[in-house]
Amino acid sequence: MKTITQQKPLEEILEAVGADTSLFIVGCGTCATLCRTGGVDDVAAMAERLTAAGKIVTGTAVPPTGCDEVTAEIRSAYRDQLRAADVVLVMSCAFGVQTAAAQLKKPVAPALDTLFVGKEGPAGQYMEICMQFGECVLSDTGGICPVTLCHKGLLNGPCGGTNDGMCEVGNGRECAWTLIYNRLETQGRLERMRRYHPPKSHNAVLRPGMMDLTHSREEAAKQ
Amino acid sequence: MSKFKEALESGKFVVTAEIGPPKGVNLEPVKHHIELVKDRVDGLNVTDNQSSVLRYPSLGGAIMIKELGGEPILQMTCRDRNRLALQADLFFAYSRGVTNVLCLTGDAVVVGDHKSAKGVFDLDSVQLLDAIQTLSEGTDLAGNPLDGAPHFCKGAIVTPEAKPLAPQLVKFEKKIAAGAEFIQTQAIYDLNNFRNFMDYARKFDVKILAGIVLLTSAGMAKFMNKNVPGIFVPQALIDELAGAPKGKALETGIGIAARMIRTIREEKLADGVHIMAIGKEETVPRILDLAGINGNQRTS
Repeated sequence: MKTITQQKPLEEILEAVGADTSLFIVGCGTCATLCRTGGVDDVAAMAERLTAAGKIVTGTAVPPTGCDEVTAEIRSAYRDQLRAADVVLVMSCAFGVQTAAAQLKKPVAPALDTLFVGKEGPAGQYMEICMQFGECVLSDTGGICPVTLCHKGLLNGPCGGTNDGMCEVGNGRECAWTLIYNRLETQGRLERMRRYHPPKSHNAVLRPGMMDLTHSREEAAKQ
Repeated sequence: MSKFKEALESGKFVVTAEIGPPKGVNLEPVKHHIELVKDRVDGLNVTDNQSSVLRYPSLGGAIMIKELGGEPILQMTCRDRNRLALQADLFFAYSRGVTNVLCLTGDAVVVGDHKSAKGVFDLDSVQLLDAIQTLSEGTDLAGNPLDGAPHFCKGAIVTPEAKPLAPQLVKFEKKIAAGAEFIQTQAIYDLNNFRNFMDYARKFDVKILAGIVLLTSAGMAKFMNKNVPGIFVPQALIDELAGAPKGKALETGIGIAARMIRTIREEKLADGVHIMAIGKEETVPRILDLAGINGNQRTS
C-alpha cells in the first residue's frame, strides 16, 4: 500500500512559493521515492530546476518516511539550512507536507499532488481498492469493492456504461460490476449480487476520521 | 392514477417520446416540440442533464409539458443530487402534477461538459426506485412520517445490448423488485437480439418500451457503435443510410425508425416504444405517421 503522488508543474510550484527566494527541500524515502516524485534523484533534479529559475536552495533532506519522520533529528541536522530558508518545499504526499508544516515551523509548499492510496499490482502498477467509507460490503461482492472500483460507487449492479467489461470513463478501467459478477459466478454465489443493498451512510465515518486507541490499550495492559 | 399509467395498463401499444431541454432559458423551441408531439403520444420524457451536459432542468420541462396539456415523464438521475434533494424534487414534481418518474443512474460526470463537477451518486437507480416506493408509503428515506405522500408511476431503464449482458439483467430484476412498473430500453436496432431479450424479459410483471433512437446518418450510426456503450447498429442499417441519396439520410433514418416501430407493434415484440429523436424532435409526428400510428394516441 503506497500513497500515490504526482509532481506539480514547475510553474505551479513557483506560483506557490511566490516572492520567497530561498527554499529547503524535503523528500520522502518511501512512497514518493517509489513514485519517482520525491526520492533522492527527484529532489536533486528539483533543486537544479529551482536554481535555474532563480531560487536559492539552502539544502535538501530525504527522510526514510516523509509522512512521520521529519523529526527533531532532521531539524538539528539541517538547522542552519532550514533557518536560511524562507519556505520548505515538500516532495512527499500531503501527509508529509502537513507533518513538515507542523514540525518545521516554516511556511510550506507542496511540490506534489496526492492522488490516492494504492495497492501495488504487477510491474509497478498501482490501483485504488479501498476508500475507507466505513461500511464494508466485500462479503457480498466477491471481495471486490464497488464503492471504490465502480466509478459511480454503485451498490446494486452495473450502470449502462459497461463497455465490453470496461468502464465508460475509459483509460483502461475495468467495470467493477463485471468483475464482481464473474467472481461471484465462479464461486456459485450470484445470489449475493441479487440482494438489495440500501443506500450507504456517508457518515459511517464522521469526517474528519478520528480514533482514540489509548482507552483500549489501557484495557489490554490491565489484562 | 396517471394517464400514462392508465395507458400502460390498458394493454394498448404505448408510445412515448423524448424532449431535450435547451442549454439556457430560450424555451420556444422546446415548447414548439412539445406542442407538435404531445397529442400523438402517451407520455413525454424530459432528459436530466443528459450525457452530463448542463441543460434546463428536467423538472422544469416536465412542468411545462403539464401546463401545455401533455403527459410528462420526469427523468431523474442520481448524478447531481443527494437523497435530500431527490426527495424534495419528487415532492415538488408531484405537487405540480408530474406523477411519472424514470429513474436512472446518470452518466459519469467526466463524459459531460462540466468535467470537474462532483458526481453525487448518493443513491443508485435501484435505491431511487425504492425511495419512491418508500415515499408513497408515507415515510421518507430516514423513516420520518410525511404530511402527504406522493404516488408516482415509476420506471427504469435496461440496456439489452450491454456487453456483458448477464450483470445488467441482475440489476434489471432488482429494479423490478424495487417497484419499477415500466422499463425503457436503451436504443435497439437488431430486432433478433431484441426478440431474444424479450423472451427473457416477458417473464416479469413489467411493461417494456423499446428504445428507438432516430438515426440521422451513416456517420452517426458508426459513431454510436464506436462510442456509445450498449448500442449496436447492424451493418445493414448503416449501409441503408449510406446508400441514401444526397441530403436524404435523415429521411432514410425516419423510415428505419418507423419500420422498426411498425414491426415491434405488429409482432407484439414489446408493450410499446420510446422514441428518442435527439435534437430532431420535430420528426416524431412523421415517424408515427409512417409507422401507422395515427390520430390521438392519448387515452384522455
